[in-house]
Amino acid sequence: MSALDFEGLNVWFGEGRDRVNAVQGASFKVASGESFGLVGESGSGKSTILRALTGLAPHWSGKIRVMDRELDRGKGRDRAFYKSVQMVFQDPYASLHPRQSVDQVLSEVLYLHGFRDIEARIERLLDDVGLGSAFRFRYPHQLSGGQRQRVAIARALAPEPSILLLDEPTSALDVSVQAEILNLLCDLRAEHGLTFLMVSHDLVVVAHMCEHIVVMQQGRIVEEMSVSDMRAMRVTHPYSQSLLEASLGYRRAQL
Amino acid sequence: MTDLLDVKDLWVRFPTRKGRFDAVRGVSFRLGRERLGIVGESGSGKSMTGRAILRLIRSPGQVEASHIRLDGENLLDKTEAEMRQVRGQRISMVMQDPKFSLNPVMSIGEQLTEAYRLHARGGRAEARRRAVEMLEAVAIRDPERVMRAYPHEMSGGMGQRIMIAMMLIPDPELLIADEPTSALDVSVRGQVLQIMDRLVQDRGMGLIFISHDLNLVAQFCDRVMIMYAGRVVETCEAHKLHEAQHPYTRGLLNSLPRFDAPQNRLEVLRRDPAWAAAPVKGPVA
Amino acid sequence: MNEAHHGLRGWLLSDAPQSRLQARAAALYLGWLAFRANPLAMLGLAILVLLFAVAVFAPWLAPHDPFAQDLANRLQPIGTEGHLLGTDSLGRDILSRLIHGARITLYIVGLVALIAPLAGLLVGTVSGYAGGWIDMILMRITDIFLAFPRLVLALAFVAALGAGIENAILAISLTAWPPYARIARAETLTIRKSDYISAIRLQGAGPLRIITRQIWPLCISSLIVRVTLDMAGIILAAAGLGFLGLGAQPPSPEWGAMISEGRRFILDHWWVATMPGLAIFTVSLAFNLLGDGLRDVLDPKSEK
Repeated sequence: MSALDFEGLNVWFGEGRDRVNAVQGASFKVASGESFGLVGESGSGKSTILRALTGLAPHWSGKIRVMDRELDRGKGRDRAFYKSVQMVFQDPYASLHPRQSVDQVLSEVLYLHGFRDIEARIERLLDDVGLGSAFRFRYPHQLSGGQRQRVAIARALAPEPSILLLDEPTSALDVSVQAEILNLLCDLRAEHGLTFLMVSHDLVVVAHMCEHIVVMQQGRIVEEMSVSDMRAMRVTHPYSQSLLEASLGYRRAQL
Repeated sequence: MTDLLDVKDLWVRFPTRKGRFDAVRGVSFRLGRERLGIVGESGSGKSMTGRAILRLIRSPGQVEASHIRLDGENLLDKTEAEMRQVRGQRISMVMQDPKFSLNPVMSIGEQLTEAYRLHARGGRAEARRRAVEMLEAVAIRDPERVMRAYPHEMSGGMGQRIMIAMMLIPDPELLIADEPTSALDVSVRGQVLQIMDRLVQDRGMGLIFISHDLNLVAQFCDRVMIMYAGRVVETCEAHKLHEAQHPYTRGLLNSLPRFDAPQNRLEVLRRDPAWAAAPVKGPVA
Repeated sequence: MNEAHHGLRGWLLSDAPQSRLQARAAALYLGWLAFRANPLAMLGLAILVLLFAVAVFAPWLAPHDPFAQDLANRLQPIGTEGHLLGTDSLGRDILSRLIHGARITLYIVGLVALIAPLAGLLVGTVSGYAGGWIDMILMRITDIFLAFPRLVLALAFVAALGAGIENAILAISLTAWPPYARIARAETLTIRKSDYISAIRLQGAGPLRIITRQIWPLCISSLIVRVTLDMAGIILAAAGLGFLGLGAQPPSPEWGAMISEGRRFILDHWWVATMPGLAIFTVSLAFNLLGDGLRDVLDPKSEK
């Protein structure tokens, strides 16, 4: 069974002359329990796919299936969708409400999903993401970047989703903190049997996290490969080739 | 040979409600005509160090040092007016995000020629010729068109290259680049680095390259200073960064995921409070 | 848990609050510390606290009945025995009338400050968040209100509703809300696009819940600042209506109405009109000072 199935997905912004085609004809499948990576440079449409899936980008055509259930294009997502698909945003400094404490953020989410045992669940969520209850009543400005991202992960885990969308979850963080967050995500995936769909411009991070990788360029998928192919540089498309080389660092020989 | 830049015992201090906060604590280094990388995590004081050299720390922050010598002249003795001369003509700074550094309502050409005329008092035609030349120097293909364009019409990589062009017009002796490539895509990053690289080699300019990216600094710079909690914990040759001794540097390097081989878990940096107090290791630059 | 050693201050300044109460109290205390650092704002606050106290204890503070006429002692100058600020044309004690007038001023200010920003907040946030044709309609209505000079519109309302203090309040509120709606809409437009709103949308929160629980808390602080700064204008508008005889009706000791009455004697008996004028000036200034201080503390744009 595939957790996510995209078939001929087009996503666009604006209408008429202003229309920008952000994603064109993207098709790929994410198997249940798998960790899947979308890589590409800015403007390649990789984040837009996540936004179309979650309903944040309203104009799309094609087919999206979540757990073999097809999404209805005309309607908004229902609560059952949000209970199974959740997202972690790129910038932990922008994804937390500046005037709400950790406690307020999590209780609001738990309330929205109709949980009764909010107190116990908040404690458990904070333990799950390695923060502990000492952080429960802090405001975002009292947290470091890594701690904020842990709160954002706790928020995404609150409805007990089976699919987690990760939009550059560590690109705003220091490398040492990145290691902690990536480890946490790996642990959570093993513990809760999550499916990951991860978007990143950092091929090394994607290689570490994902089993399957799709390379995107200007809204189109140029290549799909397994992580072992990528590590061995067994790629066919010239763009993926150049992206890989550029990612692996700066060589003075380029001069 | 005198050093291009000689910083001794630099402190940057901020008063806070809970007492004084020292963002930079006793940093000393020397710089020749080379590429010096300053790496560290956010809050390590690396950006503050760069700004302090230009005396760009805003009040109530304070800069103190034994000396900050540029070609033997102590920058701390200069008046604010003299510092403005230094900032424009002798030391330039490139920031992370070009969007905030370019004036949105002036065309690129106007900004470039104005930058030139401020420093060289040359004629309009001369300024224009020089601006086009600079755009060519930073590998912009169609400089005439770019001269007429406005900053919002530029992509991130173009904007950053234009910033560099602007900073180079007065022909500075020292360029301080604060995370100049973090906002850029990898393919553009390579171009921007190449440009800076060539400038150091062709013009004999000194470069301070502030970054959080250890691998990049190891590949790009000649020498690296690693900062932690406002202090320099280690200085080493860039190509020997992977043999670094200090546990903090090692921890940072080990926490990076590897591309060549899969790992189950990444190593997590265990911070030792002693690092913040420990003296500098390795040859003092 | 070494907070206990530092007493209440340590408890309030702790970076690791242990309970909801402590977190809230700490946030308030930090705001208070920032506010306290501004001496002018503190002065404004002090004046307003004084005004409030005067209004509450008016019957005990006032030396005379504000309505008691004494035609034998009319138009006594400042410093007369028993009438510190003199008496007016009907021999009423001006000080007592000012003290009782503080109640009316606070009543007007309080009600307007409650009605106008709330209406503005509601219209502005709904308009900004919903967008599309809802935004169109609400903003055009706002524009219509904005197109009239404020006092003229208030005059028209009072003329239609009948003179009186409640109607004056209503009229001022009706003319005061559109700027708040504009501010709230502008803020909502920037907040709406932020990641934390996207995040809560992905939790299935509906528009109503997002507006009231996520957007309002962020708009309210800048509205409070704006209202405080506008207070002076509101007091002046109320006084203006009183002066024109469309607000508080005589013999009510409303400050604007008092000026209006004193106007006839302004050349020979200047204090009759000047004293209420000074009172209006002082309170308006106090609100402005307070507003400036609050802006430094509350306005999210000035944070760091």
